[in-house]
Amino acid sequence: MDFRRTKLGRRIAGAILSSATLLAGAALPAHAWEPTKQVTFIIPAGTGGGADQMARFIQGVVGKHNLMKQPIVVVNKAGGAGAEGFLEVKKSKGDAHQIIITLSNLFTTPLATGVPFNWKDLTPVSMLALDQFILWVNAETPYKTAKDYIEAVKAGDDKKFKMGGTGSKQEDQIITVALESVTGGKKFTYVPFAGGGAVAVQLVGKHVDSTVNNPIEAVAQWRAGGLRPLCIFDDKRSTYTSKVTDTMAWSDIPTCKESGVNVDYQMLRGIFMPAGVTKEQVAFYVDLFKKVRETPDWKEFMEKGAFNNTFMSGDEYAKWVEAAEKRHHGLMKEAGFLAAGK
Amino acid sequence: MEEIASLMQGFGVALTPYNLALMFIGIVLGVIIGVLPGLGGANGVAILLPLTFTMPPTSAIIMLSCIYWGALFGGAITSILFNIPGEPWSVATTFDGHPMARKGNADEALTAAFTSSFVGAFVAVVVITFLAPIIARFALKFGPAEFFSVFFLTFASFVGMGRGSASKTIAAMALGFALAAVGMDGVTGQLRMTFGYDQLLGGFDFLIAVIGLFGIGEILSSMEDGLKFHGSEAKLRLSVVLTTWKKLLAYWKTSIRSCIIGCWMGITPGGATPASFMSYGIAKRMSPRGDNFGKGEIEGVVAPETAAHAAGTSALLPMLTLGIPGSPTAAVLLGGLLIWGLQPGPLLFVEQKEFVWGLIASMYLGNIVGLIVVLTCVPMFAAILRIPFSIIAPVILVICAIGAYTVNNNMFDVWMMLVFGVIGYVFNKLQYPLAPLVLAIVLGDKAEEAFRQSMLLSQGSLSIFWANPLVASIMSLGLVMVLWPLASAIKTRFGQARSAPAA
Repeated sequence: MDFRRTKLGRRIAGAILSSATLLAGAALPAHAWEPTKQVTFIIPAGTGGGADQMARFIQGVVGKHNLMKQPIVVVNKAGGAGAEGFLEVKKSKGDAHQIIITLSNLFTTPLATGVPFNWKDLTPVSMLALDQFILWVNAETPYKTAKDYIEAVKAGDDKKFKMGGTGSKQEDQIITVALESVTGGKKFTYVPFAGGGAVAVQLVGKHVDSTVNNPIEAVAQWRAGGLRPLCIFDDKRSTYTSKVTDTMAWSDIPTCKESGVNVDYQMLRGIFMPAGVTKEQVAFYVDLFKKVRETPDWKEFMEKGAFNNTFMSGDEYAKWVEAAEKRHHGLMKEAGFLAAGK
Repeated sequence: MEEIASLMQGFGVALTPYNLALMFIGIVLGVIIGVLPGLGGANGVAILLPLTFTMPPTSAIIMLSCIYWGALFGGAITSILFNIPGEPWSVATTFDGHPMARKGNADEALTAAFTSSFVGAFVAVVVITFLAPIIARFALKFGPAEFFSVFFLTFASFVGMGRGSASKTIAAMALGFALAAVGMDGVTGQLRMTFGYDQLLGGFDFLIAVIGLFGIGEILSSMEDGLKFHGSEAKLRLSVVLTTWKKLLAYWKTSIRSCIIGCWMGITPGGATPASFMSYGIAKRMSPRGDNFGKGEIEGVVAPETAAHAAGTSALLPMLTLGIPGSPTAAVLLGGLLIWGLQPGPLLFVEQKEFVWGLIASMYLGNIVGLIVVLTCVPMFAAILRIPFSIIAPVILVICAIGAYTVNNNMFDVWMMLVFGVIGYVFNKLQYPLAPLVLAIVLGDKAEEAFRQSMLLSQGSLSIFWANPLVASIMSLGLVMVLWPLASAIKTRFGQARSAPAA
């Protein structure tokens, strides 16, 4: 009985897939190369996080607009702070039917744990966007600007202020350590949580004093009046000017630099492939993601999460990644987060 | 009342033929997904999510949440028939559900499980309907210390449950904690106990362990018994639904208690898995027939199933109002909401009234449709046990292997499953209890994380667990639970000592 159900389930899935393929087959331009079977899209993070949301969104957009003949299958390989996913791609040399979305753990995981992989083991495809970070406090606290808050940290006891963040020795904690360069020697107590949404709720519930949540993780609580943004960790203000709350737009949040807190940090949301693939194969995906970015769905998604909508591919992208790796090495060295031998 | 008017509007949204058809499809797909170990609700919803992007958001969430209800129902089927829980919250259902099936009462066990699921879910939906705004804020009170106290209470209500020696229970639990610690340590960002093996980076997945320990272990034991499958005398009674319902009426106290535990754990959001274990543990303690738990007591099916579904359903509330998912499946649904352009959060109830009340209405309808679908299939499910063991065993083995593989698309996991199968068999032979081991694997790392976060917050002081009335009362309740068996043991001994001379 179980067995028959399995087969039935598979037949249904098969029918759905083949009809999707038929639909997609019509109006596509010819490419020098295109996928001949389903493409596996690896997410080196758990379900529900920022990378997961973006990858599943892309999968949906590609399907909805028939951007590719073959289906995309999304797989989460979150083990070891994403090491599992990256090692899988490293192992699949020459496999052009595999792509991976990255977050900062492309740099932080090998540096902090010593797990043997590096972005050079992969082929850079394209940058999709840069995710912003914002310093948030609970709306009921008296801190109106980043300066107010930093002054309070300076005046308080060491480790009195608690910073909630996602993961350990990853982007949130790196920013926290960078912030400590302007707090006059006072440290934060950094408390790691499993996901960004939980971090925002912990701040609304006043279990921590501040967070550096990505916009998309905290926007709902901001709009509901639970949180207050103090500054954005970018050298320019956000370009999104439509109102998010009754009084403020993303562009109304001052940069941290303006507020006298000289820290900036963005997170890569980009695509990589295994090593050893041909130029034509890379070109197919670069083109695919260009098309994804042209859809209205993508533009809406970018605005909702206040992403820095920068696109790069080819050498420009590889150079950016190389510089970003150096920067992470520097930041993590200063913070004492490097694994032995790194 | 305003809620009733909104709900009626919601029924108007949900009750279109198109949405009803989606509901039915969702339930059937969900049951299939729930039956296959490894596929699970989260994977099932994730696979089908892209299909729904072209639908209107309300229809899409109705279909996906029905898959979720279906998977919740379906999880009980394999737990009872083959001792293989497809979802973490079905583990406690195996304790008495499978022994019932072995005694030939699979149909009764299934009916009890489905009915209890329905009752739990229904009560939770009513709670969501009328109390949503009030209880949503309650979840904000939960920081790391509160989470730890809930996990502590779960472990505490489980102490002394195994009939074997206490030291064996502790040994099994300790092994579970050790296995749960493998992989990335979330607090320090370092790898633990991976010994340089890439395969261990992700730690031991609960499902692999459970499929092996319960499913494969069970097959090995049955093989030793001479290829005899105890359920083969499964009776096929069409009237079983009515006769079982009559029996269930006697357990109304257990039902109410389990609903309360479940709703509370779903909202807080402790989740369905602690709810099911806690409810089972407390039912065993409170029931006059508690000593028979584990041998096929119908009450031992009612308690965990009711609580798990009450929790699974009410877990959608923190998801909608706070944007934090109460379960992995809820996490995928959350991603779906964002893609449809809906922002989960405190304002969802204000800005997307039609969507929210359509969803709540579909919870009522989906569960009713689900109950009817699964109950009519009870004799069919029970009939599976009539297939000779020599035919069904290889099929189960293959399905288990596929299930283990699909968790991470990894062949290594299939080998791990077989290793766990041998461990399960050895545990049975040496009379070590499996339940504490599984409980520790499921909740061990979460409990550890919550404890260490609390210690960071309090800078190492245990007083954080008594810092406010909420956390203090949960912790104290947990301590009472731990000390209860000790106290009652002393009391019995003391009582015996006193009554002995008198006799």
